[in-house]
Order: sequence, then structure tokens, then C-alpha cells
Amino acid sequence: MSDNTFFTFEQQDDGIAVISIDLPNESQNVLKMEFIAELEPVVEQIKNDSSIKGLIIKSGKEGSFIAGADITMFGKVDTAEDAEQLSLTGHKFFNALEKLNKPVVAAIHGACLGGGLELALACSGRVISDSPKTKLGLPEVQLGVLPGGGGTQRLPRLIGIAPSLDMMLTGKQLFPKQAKKLGLVDEVVPQANLMKAALKRIQELRKGVEKKTPISSYFSAKGFQKLVLESNPIGRNIIFDQARKTVAKKTKGNYPAPNKIIECVEKGMSQGMEAGLAIEARNFGQLVVSDEAKALISVFFATTELKKDNGVDSDAEPADIRKVGVLGGGLMGSGIAYVSVDKAKKQVRIKDVKPEGVNGALNYSWNIISKKMKRRIISPSEARHTMSHLTGSTDYSGFKDADIIIEAVFEDLELKHQMVKDVEEHCSKDTIFATNTSSIPITKIAEGAAQPEKVIGLHYFSPVEKMPLVEIITTEKTEDWVTATCVELAKKQGKTPIVVNDGAGFYVNRILAPYINEAGILLSEGVAIEKLDKAMVKAGFPVGPISLLDQVGIDVATKVAPILEDAFGERMSTPKAFEKLIADNRKGKKNKRGFYKYDGKSKGKEVDESVYSVLGVSPDKHIDANEIAERGLLIMANEAARCLDDGIIRSARDGDIGAIFGIGFPPFHGGPFRYMDKLGIDKVVERLEYYQKLHGDRFAPAEILVKMKDNSETFH
Amino acid sequence: MSETTASNSEKSSTAKKATRATKQDRVAIVSGLRTPFARQASHFRGINAIELGKMVVNELIQKTELDPKLIERVVFGQVVILPEAPNIAREIVLGTPMNVHTDAYSVSRACATSFQSVASLAESIMVGDVEVGIAGGADSSSVVPIGVSKALSLALVDLQKAKTMGQKLSILKKLRIKDLAPVPPAIKEYSTGLTMGQNAEQMARDRGITRQEQDELAHRSHTLAAKAWEEGKLDDEVMTAYAEPYTKEPLQRDNIVRFDSTLEGYAKLRPAFDRKYGTITAANSTPLSDGASAVILMKESKAKALGYEPLGYIKSYAFAAIEADHDMLMGPSYATPLALKKAKLKLKDLDLIDMHEAFAAQTISNMRAFESTQFAKEKLGQRTKIGEIDMDKFNVLGGSLAYGHPFAATGTRMITQTLRELKRRGGGLGLTTACAAGGIGAAMILEVE
Repeated sequence: MSDNTFFTFEQQDDGIAVISIDLPNESQNVLKMEFIAELEPVVEQIKNDSSIKGLIIKSGKEGSFIAGADITMFGKVDTAEDAEQLSLTGHKFFNALEKLNKPVVAAIHGACLGGGLELALACSGRVISDSPKTKLGLPEVQLGVLPGGGGTQRLPRLIGIAPSLDMMLTGKQLFPKQAKKLGLVDEVVPQANLMKAALKRIQELRKGVEKKTPISSYFSAKGFQKLVLESNPIGRNIIFDQARKTVAKKTKGNYPAPNKIIECVEKGMSQGMEAGLAIEARNFGQLVVSDEAKALISVFFATTELKKDNGVDSDAEPADIRKVGVLGGGLMGSGIAYVSVDKAKKQVRIKDVKPEGVNGALNYSWNIISKKMKRRIISPSEARHTMSHLTGSTDYSGFKDADIIIEAVFEDLELKHQMVKDVEEHCSKDTIFATNTSSIPITKIAEGAAQPEKVIGLHYFSPVEKMPLVEIITTEKTEDWVTATCVELAKKQGKTPIVVNDGAGFYVNRILAPYINEAGILLSEGVAIEKLDKAMVKAGFPVGPISLLDQVGIDVATKVAPILEDAFGERMSTPKAFEKLIADNRKGKKNKRGFYKYDGKSKGKEVDESVYSVLGVSPDKHIDANEIAERGLLIMANEAARCLDDGIIRSARDGDIGAIFGIGFPPFHGGPFRYMDKLGIDKVVERLEYYQKLHGDRFAPAEILVKMKDNSETFH
Repeated sequence: MSETTASNSEKSSTAKKATRATKQDRVAIVSGLRTPFARQASHFRGINAIELGKMVVNELIQKTELDPKLIERVVFGQVVILPEAPNIAREIVLGTPMNVHTDAYSVSRACATSFQSVASLAESIMVGDVEVGIAGGADSSSVVPIGVSKALSLALVDLQKAKTMGQKLSILKKLRIKDLAPVPPAIKEYSTGLTMGQNAEQMARDRGITRQEQDELAHRSHTLAAKAWEEGKLDDEVMTAYAEPYTKEPLQRDNIVRFDSTLEGYAKLRPAFDRKYGTITAANSTPLSDGASAVILMKESKAKALGYEPLGYIKSYAFAAIEADHDMLMGPSYATPLALKKAKLKLKDLDLIDMHEAFAAQTISNMRAFESTQFAKEKLGQRTKIGEIDMDKFNVLGGSLAYGHPFAATGTRMITQTLRELKRRGGGLGLTTACAAGGIGAAMILEVE
């Protein structure tokens, strides 16, 4: 035993040394520079100690091997050179570890990600536990950087080019079985046998036993691809070209990291390890200081902070939720029921006016759960056990002991009041009433309540199981424990919740509306639909505004719009042409009549040209894509600033996360507030005033922006 | 003849439990629920008995808002037992949001299975072993174990033991093509080699029960069951069944009950078992069906402490066993007098009689026996007949001929249905009784305040 801060070092009687990583005062291990500095001399000592026959590296923490590099480290570097130096320091240590004159085996249980996996890759062998906590991956790309600890070089050499690109470009995390199948690890064993397996691997390595590739693997589609493509430069070029094409399609050129990763692998595989590591370090350095990485890292930190946030300013404790009642078995109700039962693991009771509605909701969950069953992620009995937590009824039987009711019925105030009354009658006095309305002010719904302090808004986005945001809307009367309970529930449902104050459109729809309206105005001026959508997708949105209208429903949008116009006046007024669409029975995707065609083959990919004559325009106006994007982004950001000023959102952080997770605001900008900060508030005001002059007062800069400009302030 | 103690608490004095039920503490039936019963391979095609059992118990707990932690025991049964999971009761606990610490065991007593699960649980409550439990039964005629022939079964076991290729080949050589065909579950009684239909046919034949009489009873059963449905009497005791993969329209009512039953319709069918002289047809027999039912039982004081208003109470019950190769389905006529005696009641004291209708012929045979002094003297050894049956009290909502008969689910269906009908009539006493394979009879007397 030696005295180290970050790990313990022990030499066993059998000549095996064990390094057990255990960062003090941390719930999980992360890779820090100080940690590497402390390890280096120990590795040197092992090298020179002939009594040591092999080394096992394990974690002293339950549930995490090394969860990644310490990301705060990235924020502390100012220049690309400094960041490159970080990478080079890592390389030096990993190289020493790799070239050690005795076998080193990583015994992995729990998260082994990023720098953690790179450490494991520098070892001569890897054994892992079969626990569901054990996950391996290189998720750096999600933060806008790349694996800078030799990952871009060692991973393709171990598992092949195509699979390694897949891992590094998506950042996906592998389960134990998948890791073994890819050849990333030597053996998967129950956790209790992990050290035995590591020891066995050391003995094999000492005898020079190499892992054999089973002959059968060459006959699989992947094995065949590897044989044909990866063993020669022409084949490799095909892989890289393909990867670049896929990346271009996905990033629209907005994210530099994926191409840098491809470059590292390509150079490394043709020019050798040393050159590969050099280019990796250089690219890493450039990426760490890039705007994109900074934005993505800020999003990461904001989400981490939100995970710890109870959503209120007091220290109110969330109440225990055992049973969730859902009113309405439509699309939203079904989705809410699913995340409550499968993610949050709650008992769920769903009510619909018709048995068919209940059945539909059950079917919705079963479709998702049975898919996991078919992929063998869960067993049939697990699937059915989960389903048994979801039951339904056409009356209020089984609702009395519900701790929270989430209503997702038709958007109609009278109906919502009826729901409030029903719940107060049929449920207990402590039952929380949450409404999933997207347009009706919560205060108005609470007017029908005997206990308005238990009424709250839980605004989910469709499809619920995929969209990461939940907007939690409180009124003046909502009690803190109610809010805290909903925040906790939303987190358990796998969502990132932001708490916002009641007000027309809440936050997300309020900033979305002017953006959609702007697209509508451009359209009614004669800008072609695909031009509008393409411009915003190029700007980094997942879908264009017109396509989004089709998906959300034109009828829904025209229902929300007047509420916003009433509340905020002319700047929120919708283009009059939209009324013509409703008159023409165009509701969007739901009735297969919208801006795009939904018949047979085209499935919303092709514009329905007949829409132009309905709107009475001819789509021939030319306007620069950059201008479309700028107008959309600015008008949305401007409204977001007003929301902060009005106290709708609690912080710029919440505003950024809400826009990214709720609307798909380009993540590489880090959200509307970070976008404005980056652009400079003075520039934002200047551009808004420029458009105000050209297009009218809807572009008038928010007061807060003008004030901030005068005081040269920023949001973050 | 088997006999089990019910209301007579002196007899359970051997129980060593300190927390013995007091004399006043009855066994309360707090609530009951069933799935709709569905004709074989119809709505519940592919859904096995365990899934049906889970479905009904889960919904029963939801509906009654019973805290799963309070449920100490589940006693459940199935007649067509799935070899992969013989302890259906425990599978129900493990497969639903119930508490894993809820004890569970399974029983089988042919068509009287859920009378047995109720009786077994009631006994546990009476001796003070548990206070809250669930009893019931489920059966599927749509998912049944299809086995292999005896020859193939033997060969497969021998093969596991064989060591050399030669030994293995010699075992395989003995097999014939016909040995490889799958074998459906036996419909013949194991001990007598007779089928149910043959038993019923014998009873009709020996008593001269006409085709007309049988068809009339079947018509009555369907008509009354249809009326009960139309009047909404069953709505609160039959759940809506949502079945995997939740694409089929949910089943809200039994799909066996004929809502347009006419007597002429029954006359058209040919006899099902004895083609030449027989009187038993598919329409005057209960069809093969799928379903599940369950009840919550509690110690009376516990039910009241928890704020439940019980449906009613168990007054007494008895089981009887008779010969199995002749008049096998006469069980009700033997079990009923025992249950009456225990409850110190006469048949005329009862406000309702619900007799399981396996076959119209079997029901009529038992009705005749109830009213026969000769039967009482010769078979029961008592001077007076069991009693006259008032048709205004007899199977007033129809019976198994109309609802169908998922074997293990019938008992708890009858118990819940009778209790609720008694309540509608302002309380009173009701008899539920059934015959079962192997010459078994069950009778349970219920009371509603």
C-alpha cells in the first residue's frame, strides 16, 4: 500500500499489482490531469520492479470505472495549444502504459466512458462485468470534441475502422454483450468473478495467448465488410467517404468534431500511430476551444445542474409518487402513461371516455415495450410485468389513491374545469392536478379548483417518449412541494424539466410562435416552402418551421396563436393566409392535408404545390437563406429575452435548455441566450433594429436587450 | 365424503394460533371481479390462464384501491395446468405490481376449483392465519399444453440416458410415425375413461330427460343472462378486457351469451355425443371458454377497519365426493344438504339458488334430486327431500350454459354474481353449488345484510 490521493496501489503475494482508482469526495471517477501525474511514477515503478508480473486496474467505486474526462478541465484552457498539451500529456502516459513490459488488464465494472475507455484501450486486456451499469463508449463528439487520449488511434486498431467510426461519431454507449461482440473486450463475467477473470487474462497474456478471432466472424456481414474494405487503402477510402457523407447530412456543416475524428482515424491508419496521435492532439486542441464545443459543454453543464435543481427557491421536499393517473388516452396521454410506467416505474391508471381509448393507450406502450422485448433488451416476463403496472378504465375507479393526475384531454377550458372537479371529487385531498395543456393559462384552469394550490401545468412535447423537455408551469398559488414533486417525477420519466411561470404560451410556445409566424410571413410573401425549411435546417434546427407546423397540426397552431396575440398584441399576429388553410381543411400530417404531401410514397417529403394557390401566392420570391435563418433566430431570441425579463423563466440557463430540448434550437449555439451573448448584445440590438426598419415593429428589440446593451451586460 | 369446517368455529379449536378469529368475526367477501368469458380461441386466443389471472387480480386491486402490502395470501387455481408454471397463484403475485412478500399457492378441484380457493383462504382467515387475501381461478381452453405421445415421451427420456450412438439408434428405431403426432390434452376422465359428455348423456338417458326440457333450460339461461347484461347488472363485476397486443377491440361482455336466443334455434342442432339416440347438443351444454375471476376475502373486522363495505359473508360450505363412473355430475345434490346442515338452514330459507350448469341435463337431474324424497332417503340417508326449487329464485341471471365455463373461474363468478343479486334484492341468503369431474360436489351458502 502506498499513499496516493486518487487511487490505492497494492502488490499481492502472487506478484500481481492492483491499482484501485477512487477519487476522493466524488460519486464517480473522472480522469484528471493530477490523477495521471500521480499514476505516472507508479507505472514507472512497476516497470522496474521485477517481482511484479502483471497489473490490474480497477475502480474503487461501485458503479463507475471511469465515467470520462473531467470536463471542467476544458473550461480552464484558453488556447488551442494548451488544450493540445493536455492531450499530449495523456498520450505520454497512455503510451507508457501500453508499452509496459508486463501485462496490464482493466477490470471494468460500471461506466467506462471517454477517457476511461481510452485508459482501458491502452491496457493489454479488458474484462468487464455483465452488470447493466457497465457501459463503454467514447461520447466526446456529443460535447463537440474528440477522444483526445489516443482513442481515435487505439479503437480502430482494436475493433476495425467502421465500428470505431460508428462509436466515435455517434458517441453511443455499448452494453457488455455488444462490447464483447465487437471485440472491444476479452471477456464478460459476473461482477463477482471480475478479478478472477482479470487474473486469468494476465496469465494468458504472459503465456502469449492472443485472442483468436473466430473463423465464423468472417462469414457475418460485418466480418465480410471488414475483410473486403478495411484491409486495403481503396476499401478504406470508401468507408471514409461514406462516413463523411453521413456526417455532412447530419451536421449540415455546423459541427466540426465529426470530420476531425474521421481525419484522425484516416491519417492514423495510413501514416501510423505516431502521426495519428499527433493529429489527434492537434485536432483535440482546436476543438476544445471552438465555439461549438463551448456551447455543447455549456448545455451539458446546464443539464447536469438541472438534474440537481428541485425547481423551487425553497427547499420544499417532493412528495412520494406511487400512482399516476392519466386522463385521456390520446397521443399525449399515451406517451405520458408510457414514460410514467416504463421510465419512472410508477403504477399508472389511465382513463378515457371509451374503452377503445384505453386500449389505444395500452397499445402505445406495448408497441415500445414489445420492441425492446424483441431486441432482447428485456425478457417477455419483464415486458409483461411492466405492462401490468399500466391499467385503464372508463370511469374513476382506481383513481382515489393516485398521487398525481395528469390530464391530457381536449383543449377546452370547460372540459378542463370538469376534469378538475372530477379529480377533486374522485381522488384524495392530496392529489396533485397537473394539466398537459399547451395553450390554456394554468391560472384559468385553476379557477375551477377548490384547491388551486395543487394545480400545475406539465407541458410535454410530442412524441413524449422522445422529446427530452417538460415545461412545468406554476401559478401564483401553486405550492412549492407540488412543483418539487412534479420536477422529481419529470426527472424520473427521463425528462429535463424547466419550471416556468404561468403566462400565455408559457415559455416554449411563446418563443416558438414568432419564429413560426416569421416563416408564415415569408411564405405569404412568396418564399417557397422548401426554401424556408431548408434554410432553418441548415441553420441547425432538426426540422424546418413549415414542416413542424404540419407535424404539430395547423389547427393546433391556429388555436394557440390568438391566445398569444391577445396577450402580446401585434407582434404575435399570425399571417392572415393561415386561416385559408383551415378553411381548406388542412390540418397537417394528422389529416394528410398540409403544406407537404402525405399520400403513399412522399410521406411529407414533397411540397403539396396546391397549397400555394390556397394561400394565393406564387413561390418565386428570392431571399438569401442566411437572412431567413437570421430572422428566425433573432425573433425567437428576442422573445426569449422578454420571457426572462417578464419572469416567465427562472434563468437564462433554463431558457437555453428549454429552447434546445423543446424546439431543437441549434445546440451548437448553446441556446438563444448563449447565441445572443456570442453575437454580442449590441450586435443583436443592431440587427433587430435593422429588421424593424425593414419589416416592422415585430422586430423591435426587447427592452431588456436595449438596457443590457447600454450597460454592456451579457446573459451568462 | 370430504367435509370441511366452516362457520363452526369450535371445530377449528385445534388451531394453535393465538390470534384466533372471534365467533362474531365472519369471513367477508369484500369485492369480486371477473373477465368477460370468451368462447375458445376467440378474444383470448393466445392468452394463457396465468395472463388472464393476472389481468383480473390486477384490476380487482386497482378497482378496490387495496394496498398490495395488505394482501397476505393469494390462493388461485387452474384446471388445465400449464406445465411451465404450475403455481399460478405465485405467478400472479410476481407478474403484477403486487407485493413480492404476498404468499401464494395454487389448488385444483376440477370445475369447483375456485370454490376450493375461496374455502382454503376462508379457512386461513378463520384460524387467524391471515386477515386479507385474494382467491380465484383462471382457465384457458385456447392455450393448452399439447404433449407428445407416450411412446415418444419414453423415447426422449431414454435418449437422455443413452450413451452410445448405437443405443440411441436402437431407441429411435422403435418409434413409429404415429408416435410423432402431437397429443391434445385428455378429455376423458383419467380414472373412468368416460368423457363429460358421456356422463351427462347417461344421466339424461337414465332419467328420461327430454331434448325439449334441456333446450328450454338453455334458452332460459341465455335469455336471463342477456337480460342481466342489458339491465347493466353485470357491469360492475365484469371488467373490460384489454388483451395483448391491444389492437383487438376490448371485450366488455361475454361473447357466449346469446342476446337473440330463440327456442327454435336449439332444436336445429344434432346431438354431440350420442349421434343416434342422444339429447345432449352443443347448445344445451356449456361451451369451452376462457376467463378468470377473483374475490377479495377479509376478516370481517379487518374489512370494516379498512373502511370497506363487504358484498357479503360466507355462511357455510361443504364438499362432497361420489362415484365417478355413474351419475358423476350429481355433486350439488350431495354437497348442498351438508352446507345447509352446517348453516342450520333449510332450502326454503334461501333467497337465491345458483347452480352451475355444466349441461342442461346435469342441472335438471340435480333439480329433480333436490325435490325427490326417494333420493333423500336412498342416497342421503335423510327422511325429507332437500327441498322444492322456486324457479323465481333459481339461476335468476342465467348460468354457465349462457356465460360459458372457464373451469377454474366459474366458482368465483357464481359467488360474486349471487352476492350482488342478493344485495339488489335487499339482502338474504344464497346458495352456490357446482358439480365437478371425478364425482365432486361443492356448495357454499352466502349471506348479505
